[in-house]
This record gives sequence, C-alpha cells and structure tokens, in this order.
Amino acid sequence: MSEPTTAGEQGGLSRRRVLGWLGAGTAGALAGGAAGGLIGRATADDATGTVPAAHGAVPFTGAHQAGIVTPAQDRLHFVAFDVVTDDREELVEVLKAWTEAARRMTAGRDAGPEGAVAGSPHAPPDDTGEAIDLPPSELTLTIGFGPTLFTSADGVDRFGLAARRPAHLSELPPFPGDQLDPATSGGDLCIQACANDPQVAVHAVRNLVRLGAGVVSVRWSQLGFGRTSSTTADQVTPRNLFGFKDGTNNLKAEDPSGLDRFVWVDPADSGGDWLAGGSYLVTRRIRMLIEPWDTSSLREQEQTIGRAKGSGAPLGQRGEFDAVDFTARVDGGFAVPETSHVFLAHPTNAGTAILRRGYSFVDGSDGLGRLDAGMFFIAFQRDPETGFVQVQRNLRADALNEYIRHTSSAVFACPPGVRDDGDWWGRALFAG
Amino acid sequence: MSLPDHRPALLPALALAGLTIALTAACGGSDETAGGETPADTIAVAAGDDACEVDATEIPAGTHEFEVTNEGSRVTEFYVYAEGDRVMGEVENIAPGLTRSLLVELPAGEYETACKPGMVGDGIRSPLTVTGESAQLSEDESLAGAAVDYQRYVQSQTAALTERTAAFADAVRAGDVEGAKALYPVARTYWERIEPVAEIFGDLDPLIDGREGDQEEGQDFTGFHRIEKALWETGDISGMGPYADRLQQDVAEIVALADETTLDPLQLANGAKALLDEVATGKITGEEDRYSHTDLWDFAANLEGSQAAVQALRPYLEEADPELVAEIDERFAETEAELGQYRAGDGWVLHDQLTQDQLKGLSDSITALTESVSRVAAVVADR
Repeated sequence: MSEPTTAGEQGGLSRRRVLGWLGAGTAGALAGGAAGGLIGRATADDATGTVPAAHGAVPFTGAHQAGIVTPAQDRLHFVAFDVVTDDREELVEVLKAWTEAARRMTAGRDAGPEGAVAGSPHAPPDDTGEAIDLPPSELTLTIGFGPTLFTSADGVDRFGLAARRPAHLSELPPFPGDQLDPATSGGDLCIQACANDPQVAVHAVRNLVRLGAGVVSVRWSQLGFGRTSSTTADQVTPRNLFGFKDGTNNLKAEDPSGLDRFVWVDPADSGGDWLAGGSYLVTRRIRMLIEPWDTSSLREQEQTIGRAKGSGAPLGQRGEFDAVDFTARVDGGFAVPETSHVFLAHPTNAGTAILRRGYSFVDGSDGLGRLDAGMFFIAFQRDPETGFVQVQRNLRADALNEYIRHTSSAVFACPPGVRDDGDWWGRALFAG
Repeated sequence: MSLPDHRPALLPALALAGLTIALTAACGGSDETAGGETPADTIAVAAGDDACEVDATEIPAGTHEFEVTNEGSRVTEFYVYAEGDRVMGEVENIAPGLTRSLLVELPAGEYETACKPGMVGDGIRSPLTVTGESAQLSEDESLAGAAVDYQRYVQSQTAALTERTAAFADAVRAGDVEGAKALYPVARTYWERIEPVAEIFGDLDPLIDGREGDQEEGQDFTGFHRIEKALWETGDISGMGPYADRLQQDVAEIVALADETTLDPLQLANGAKALLDEVATGKITGEEDRYSHTDLWDFAANLEGSQAAVQALRPYLEEADPELVAEIDERFAETEAELGQYRAGDGWVLHDQLTQDQLKGLSDSITALTESVSRVAAVVADR
C-alpha cells in the first residue's frame, strides 16, 4: 500500500499532502481489502453520513493489473482509442509516457513531473489541475489492446504485431437483437479508469488523452457510476438501475482458483508469452428501457430477473446468498422461470463464469424525453469465447431482452501488471 | 472573430517588451518592401500557371529586388523561404498580367523561391543559394529578428487585405452577388492569417469580424459576416452598400494600426497558439462562416498565420529546443496533409459537405499540433 511519501520526492506535489485527516487507518483498511465495503448506500441508512469514501492508493505494480479484482470502486471513466500513427516507436513512447503518468496519478500525484502549478508560467501545465487537493481515491488505470491494434480493420499489420495476436482476441460475434453503433464500439486501445471520486477518474483520463495527442485519438468514452457488481466478498451487492441486486454470484477476489480458471490468462494459453497474468476485457453498453420496465408489475420484474427485488434472494429462497435451486417449485411451476436472467446466466446453466465489473450510466435523455440509461457492462475472462460469448449465447431466450438493448461492444486483451519502476504497459508485447 | 478584450495577453508590444526595433522606416518607397536598402540587383521572376522561373539560382548576400510578372491566368503569390518555410519575403495578390516587385534582404544560406498560382498549396518551388559570410546570431538577436520577420509578414498580408477587401466591397456595392461570394473567402484569408495582430485592437476586431449575436446592446451587426449573411441567406445585397463602406473603412483603420505594431516574441508564440485555437473552436465547428460554409479557407489561413509566427521564431527555437522544432514541423506537415485532402480547385470543400469522420481527422491533427505549439512560449520565455 503505497502512501505517497513526501511532496517533491519526484518533483511534483502530492495532492494528498494537504489532507491532514487522512490517517494511517486508511491504509490499514485498504490492506484488508475492505475499504470499498465500508461505504455506499448500505451504510447510508445508518445516518452516519460522515464515513469518507475510500480514498487511499491502490498499488500500481503487481503480477496483475489493478482494476480487475481490486474492490470495485464507485465511479468509472472508460475510454477507447484509435491509434492514428503507423509509427511503432511513437506508439511505444506514448505507452511509456502513459505508464509513468498512471504510476503518478494512481499514487495521488500530478500527471507530470512539474505538476499543475509548479511549472513555467508560460508553459501549459503538465497536469490539468482538477485533482489538486483530492486524494488518490483508489484510482486504478487498466489498459487493454484491441484486435485492431494487431491487424487493422482493413487487414494491415501497422505495428508488426499481427503474429503476436492471441487466437482468442477477435471481434465478438453478432448476437440476436444487437443494435450496435460502430462509432462507439471497438478500438485499438482502451483505458479503464475507476475511482471513488468521479473527478479523479475523469482527471486521469483527460491527462492521458493529452499525453497521447497526435498518436492516439479518442474513439469513444463512457462515464459510469454506482458499481453494479462486487468483486470481493466484503462488498455489499449493489443494485442496478432496474432496482435489483446485481452480481451476487460474481467471481470474487477471494477465490484464487476460480480466478486462475476463469479470469487470468495462463502461460500455456495462446499469446501467453506476453499476456500471461492478463485477462480479456469485454464491454457492452446496455441501454435499459427504463420506462417500460418501471411500468411493469413487481411480479413481472421478479420473474424476469429470477430474484426477489427486496432481498436479492433467488426466487424460492430466503437470503441473497442462498444457492439458486432450479428445481424448487412454487404454485405448480418452477420458482425460477427458465426464461429468467438468473436461470440462463447462472454458471450452472451457462457452463462458465466471468468476472463482472460493470457500472450504471445515465447519459441524459434521448430526444424523446426518455432516460438514456443502462449498464455499461464490463467483464474480465480468460477467453472471450468461453466467457462472455458463451454466457451471452445462452441468453437468447432471456426475458430481460425485452427491456434492454446492446448499443456498443468491444473486446481488449489486458496485459499483466507492470512489474517495477522500469516496466511499462505493453513492454512484453512490444519489446518481447 | 472574437469578442473584444478576451485576450489581455496580446497587448501592443512596445508597451511590454524591451525590444526596440526600428522597422517601419523602410516601408515607404517601393511596392512591397521587405529589406530596406537599395537592392544590389533586380531578379526577374516569370510566374505562370505551371511554372515559376527565377532568373538566378545563386546570389550574394545582401538586399535583392525580385520583379515578379504574372504570365498565367490565375492570381498568384511569390515567396522567398528560409529553412522550414520561414518567410523571408513575399508579395501577395499579383493579378494576371501584372508585375510587382519585392525587396528582400538575404543573409548567406539556402533558400527556396515559390510561386503560388491560385494562392493555394506549397507552390512551385526552386532552390536559391545565397553566398557569403553567415553571421552567427545571438539568442537576443534571433528573437529581435523574429519580430522583424513577423512584422514583414504582417505588412505583406495587410497590403493584400486592403486590396481584396476593396474588391469585395466593390462587388457588394455593384450588386454583383456571385462576384462578391467568390471574393468573400479570399479577402478573409488575409484577415485570418494575421488575427493575433488584429485582435490587439479590441474595438475594431468585432466590427470587422463579429458574428451575429456577438454585438453589445445597441451595437449594429457589421463586417464580413453581416454581408456574408445577406449574400448566402437571402441573396439580396441591395442594402449592403453602407456595410461595405464601413468594412472598408474599418479594415483601412486596422491595417494602419497593424503596420505600426510589433509583436514581441512571447506574443508571437502565444499568437501562433491562439490561431490554432481559432481553428479548433471556430472553423472545425463551422461557426465562423455559418452562412457560406467557407470555413476551410479560414482554417487554412489560420494555419498559415500560425506557421508564419512560429517560423519567425525558428532561428531561436532551433538553438533552444531543436526537438520541439522537429515535432512542430512534423505536425504542421500532418495537419496540412489532412487539410489538403479537401482542396477543391483553387479553394476548399465547404464545411457542410464534410463528414463527421473527416472533421474528426482535422480535429485530431489540430489538437496534436496545438499541444506542440503551446510549448513554444515557455521556450521563448526561458531565454
């Protein structure tokens, strides 16, 4: 747990220095992996109202990238890029610059060595400044490489990477009901920024975008709030915008064998020479048709999901974490309908598991006055084909489909973690 | 365009800077004066639609007179460039059949001459070697030279601005809608190239280039855009005579002021960046020429003006930060290439015919260029 040490150690100001109330207890709580669970709506009812959001720093280096099994933070800024140069060296320079900036920002420092206010008055500051005085807020920055980085959509190997493209990294197949917008799908690169303060996440993305000018161009981006999955056992299961607990049966950080089996790429897997310890990231922007949902009956809603809206318990059970019993019967029928989301998505029936890490979004309203809202679905898996694709194929008859539309889609290979001070995002791919 | 007084950093240089340069004395006599002294010789230039024949390839250091005759069918321009397209001298707006002269002082070095028939593109280029001793300039001398270089550039632009605005106003007064439409983006080109200077005169800028709705309460909507609206929206310019008169007067006033103004190096650096901001905020969005959609003419002019300001600083920057110079060169070239895709004849594709993808490509290249150019000011300030 790297608390930023003294200001000026690396030439910049530590944003946290000003915050005297941040004590060592922060780090202790984080070390226990419990910080995320201390906050949120679950405690809002206790009327304490003063428990600060988790504000410490998440280590940037490690065997795996942070932001995957890290306790899910409350806010997201996700951005996908097109690479606009054909020059491999320029791209590598940006990846190195991004790594250094990410190293600094995740520790609560300014993006550049001069900082937001300490540089020349005649030069644009190398940090944009909106995170001055804000703590690290558990910021994680996670990078991924899209299929088109290896071979462009028109078949060109721009960076000499085609031979290194893992067999599992290809565009997702079309699914029934897809209403994908190509302009907000795909991408050569992505960065997932998660933090407990939206301004910290936005600050990180904004500064990385600046550093990439002329080399990468933002293709699309998505803001999210209110994590819709818990990724550790200590986190309370949150509710999505349909009002249901979501992610009860998610893969969790405390299940290392499950993670090795379903999330982390193995050295023996295709592309394992550079991708081992990494994972595949699938995103789907899922618009929720809020108004029809809100006017459907409670029974219809619960039958669609397969859980009780209040407790989150599987239908026919009492507690949220009670095992789903697909044989339980109520009033002569199955308690959990065979068309319900839980029935079809459950690992028992999907035959696989994925680590979900999605966020709710509300992008204002559409032109007809309806809420443009939904879930920005994020899943990590060892192989998209046996992960998301397999789950999604199984959802063909999902009753929930009546209330949702998938409007964007992307897949990325996320390399393993940055090992040390000399390491950088993608080193094993580009230098190996 | 811009609202008055929003850029307080751009103040008349003489009030700010320690530079004292006598510049304007030399600009009285000849047609287009750049250097100052009596020329050593006269070099004939035959400028055609496809040729640019300069009657010398090697000349001694000193002041020379180029006599440029337009033998082609299109309006042309003639430039003498130092490395990196730093403008040493130029003569604009040479109509077919006309001869105009350019006085330019050239230290020893390698140069290029260029004719630009139709006034677009890189032009038809030839190498020009100037022999003799080349003095090594100190940093202060390089920066002082930047101010002189840029003022020379401004004066070449204001001369053309005056003429082209007069031609535009004449067409408007004559009720010649098609003629006025053709001249509108051309006259604006000279304006847009030197906007950092024009904006110093906060009162005049909005009168000449204000957009509808920018006026203060009780102030009339005047200038280029008032006439643009009539030309393209209704096609009825019968009431535009007084606005044409007023535009011509205001331009004459600002030209007289601009010719006397020297920008200090920091203002040049900030002006170069400000011109790119103009592109990003006004041209890519199509706000500037909302009736005519001739925004790409202004885009090109802003880009050229920005490059002229940076290139004036080039001798200093090459010593102080050669890597930045290389990056800026590359990004100017990339932006020109991006924009070059939308050339149409002697002009440009209209803004409302560009797709979102095309605009994004233009926007990306300007964003990258701006990141680089925004670093020039600190390099200049660090001297």
